[in-house]
Amino acid sequence: MASEVARHLLFQSHITTKTAQTSSQVSDHEQKQKESPRSLTMSGHVGFESLPDQLVNRSIQQGFCFNILCVGETGIGKSTLIDTLFNTNFEDHESSHFYPHVRLKAQTYELQESNVRLKLTIVNTVGFGDQINKEESYQPIVDYIDAQFEAYLQEELKIKRSLFNYHDSRIHVCLYFISPTGHSLKTLDLLTMKSLDSKVNIIPVIAKADAISKTELQKFKIKLMSELVSNGVQIYHFPTDDETIAKINASMNGHLPFAVVGSTDEVKVGNKMVKARQYPWGVVQVENENHCDFVKLREMLICTNMEDLRDQTHTRHYELYRRRKLEEMGFMDVGPENQPLSLQETYEAKRHEFYGERQRKEEEMKQLFVQRVKEKEAILKEAERELQAKFEHLKRVHQEEKLRLEEKRRLLEEEIIAFSKKKATSEIYQNQTFMTAGSNLRKDKDRKNSNFM
Amino acid sequence: MDPLRQSPSPSSSRASSPRTLSCERLGYVGIEAVLDQLKIKAMKMGFEFNIMVVGQSGLGKSTMVNTLFKSKMWRSTMPGLRVPMPQTLQLHSMTHVIEENGVKLKLTVTDTPGFGDQINNDKCWDPILGYINEQYERYLQEEILITRQRHIPDTRVHCCIYFVPPTGHCLRPLDLEFLQRLCRAVNVVPVIARADSLTIEEREAFRHRIQDDLKTHSIEVYPQKCFDEDVSDKILNSKIRERIPFAVVGADREHMVNGRCVLGRKTKWGIIEVENMAHCEFPLLRDLLIRSHLQDLKDITHNVHYENYRIFRLKESHALPRGPGWVNLAPASHGLPASPGPAKVCRWAEDTSDKDF
Repeated sequence: MASEVARHLLFQSHITTKTAQTSSQVSDHEQKQKESPRSLTMSGHVGFESLPDQLVNRSIQQGFCFNILCVGETGIGKSTLIDTLFNTNFEDHESSHFYPHVRLKAQTYELQESNVRLKLTIVNTVGFGDQINKEESYQPIVDYIDAQFEAYLQEELKIKRSLFNYHDSRIHVCLYFISPTGHSLKTLDLLTMKSLDSKVNIIPVIAKADAISKTELQKFKIKLMSELVSNGVQIYHFPTDDETIAKINASMNGHLPFAVVGSTDEVKVGNKMVKARQYPWGVVQVENENHCDFVKLREMLICTNMEDLRDQTHTRHYELYRRRKLEEMGFMDVGPENQPLSLQETYEAKRHEFYGERQRKEEEMKQLFVQRVKEKEAILKEAERELQAKFEHLKRVHQEEKLRLEEKRRLLEEEIIAFSKKKATSEIYQNQTFMTAGSNLRKDKDRKNSNFM
Repeated sequence: MDPLRQSPSPSSSRASSPRTLSCERLGYVGIEAVLDQLKIKAMKMGFEFNIMVVGQSGLGKSTMVNTLFKSKMWRSTMPGLRVPMPQTLQLHSMTHVIEENGVKLKLTVTDTPGFGDQINNDKCWDPILGYINEQYERYLQEEILITRQRHIPDTRVHCCIYFVPPTGHCLRPLDLEFLQRLCRAVNVVPVIARADSLTIEEREAFRHRIQDDLKTHSIEVYPQKCFDEDVSDKILNSKIRERIPFAVVGADREHMVNGRCVLGRKTKWGIIEVENMAHCEFPLLRDLLIRSHLQDLKDITHNVHYENYRIFRLKESHALPRGPGWVNLAPASHGLPASPGPAKVCRWAEDTSDKDF
């Protein structure tokens, strides 16, 4: 009996309350759960070997999502390579070289092969490496990747969320196109890769590989890889933990970076049409392993490791972003006394803190406002008083002027009266004298006239 | 975001609506291979499945579990053994790892002895609901950690098999109460236990009465009609819904019938073969649970029931002050920085109750 009891994991719940168990019981349970479960042999066929098929069926129903980011200079062959990889013509026009800033252009396509539906999103960098000053070239790319993580994080943190039909836009793989100079990595490439390596799986490819000869290519590859390693850039290595694909992945890891040639034109070689580029000196076949590594890239990217790329994005890069973001906002898993804090409690504490802060700030601003108003009022009152004083002064001056003018007017009037009196008397006098003067004048005139006579 | 940086232009924010391309392939691309990759990954990780059996004692729950997984999960309790009748409802949980053809399954079975056995069975579903919610809570806690594990251990109950005693009449009040409450929280599959005490006609009548009862009380058992996704699902699930609840018989002893070794119950009037469709509907139950709908059970638990619990939990933790209704999230209570009085908390909670996170 005792052994029986010992073999069971026991939960005791009381009927009355729904509250959680006390701490001792929970830790007890955790302890017991850490014992590994026993394995059991079955005496017959149960049938759950169909489980992987059930899982696959569900995934087929849901469809798959895959997002590729292509980073490289304008004209290096990004669109052509994607067209070649997926056997379709995605878009026709070439981009111009004259964009002032780097932009990212994303397009989504739905592809279907037999019964597998794939929602493929291709993000291209437009104008990368074209500016004269390339300092800000890689920032838009980093921002875009972060924005996709942020969108997913927001969705995950919502209260009412629907993660299972959320269109996952996080970048699963970044194909970095290196131009085939044959020497070494450009500084821009190094800087960009360094800023992207912790956010996305990077697979470097050497574009337009038909411009390098085979021997130069080998040296170039070795130089590139050593530069990447010495600068601490973490590129994506194909996983080698599963035996079925470990061997092929390990050998492919040695061929990185892949030297690829893209072409959607078909050329007749032998008696079949193959994708190739035709030159006067020969034909470069895209799917010929001797000519370029295109087949390897397709194999690795799509056939063997697509699921692992998505997995890495979700469990490594996204989790890193999430952790950083939440820590930035101040959440921690462990409280001040090293007790595990839950997100909820931290959030509550933060909320209280935040509202306290807000309250305080509001008070402060109110005080400031009141003070300012008072000051303004005082100033205005002062001005008003001054104006009043001026007005009074002016009024007084005006009064005085008026009085003086009155005075003057009176004087003037008196003068006028006096003058008119004088005028009157002088006129009378003048008339009198005129009468006598007139007769005198006549007499004079006569005399004069008589003189003449 | 640094204001000095150039904000990405509108065309770079979200992808434009998808364009469907024709299926004309000029050659081989290899997208199909992702299915194999999925399979490999799944087989490496293994599967988890948690099942709960609920019913009164003596209905053959333990035997049924043994029969389902063809192994002795635990010794079925037999009368006469001096096991004292439990005073309160207890939940026993056992975990086993079983493997078949390279597929590993971690199976957890939770038994509920003492359910419905007392004289007063009021609120006997509470411990069960509490256990189910506790598993959701545990998952939620793991999910909202800052540094979370790569693969969160899933202890949520994916399926609850409810054993209806074979009275032949209709569902009892206890059954109705329990089913009503539990169907909202977990996938419930009701079965008619010990169906060998009913004849085929009695079984059919009983089944129809149960179906009517379920419809009258709007109890949605698994497979729920509202989660049917497309036409083929609907057809398949309708067929299943017609036969719910299955009339099952459990047995873990083998007997010889016509030279074959079969699992069955030997009685004086014959041997009831468990795997024979003519005798009982155990194969249907097994196929539903294991062979065809296991992944679906897990999906509905994760996408629907768990999300409902999460919504309820996140909303509740905003509104309630730290009173008796608050389920203490941290395992050990410790002093938190000065929290303001409850009145203030309520006021703030009302302000931001619609804001997400």
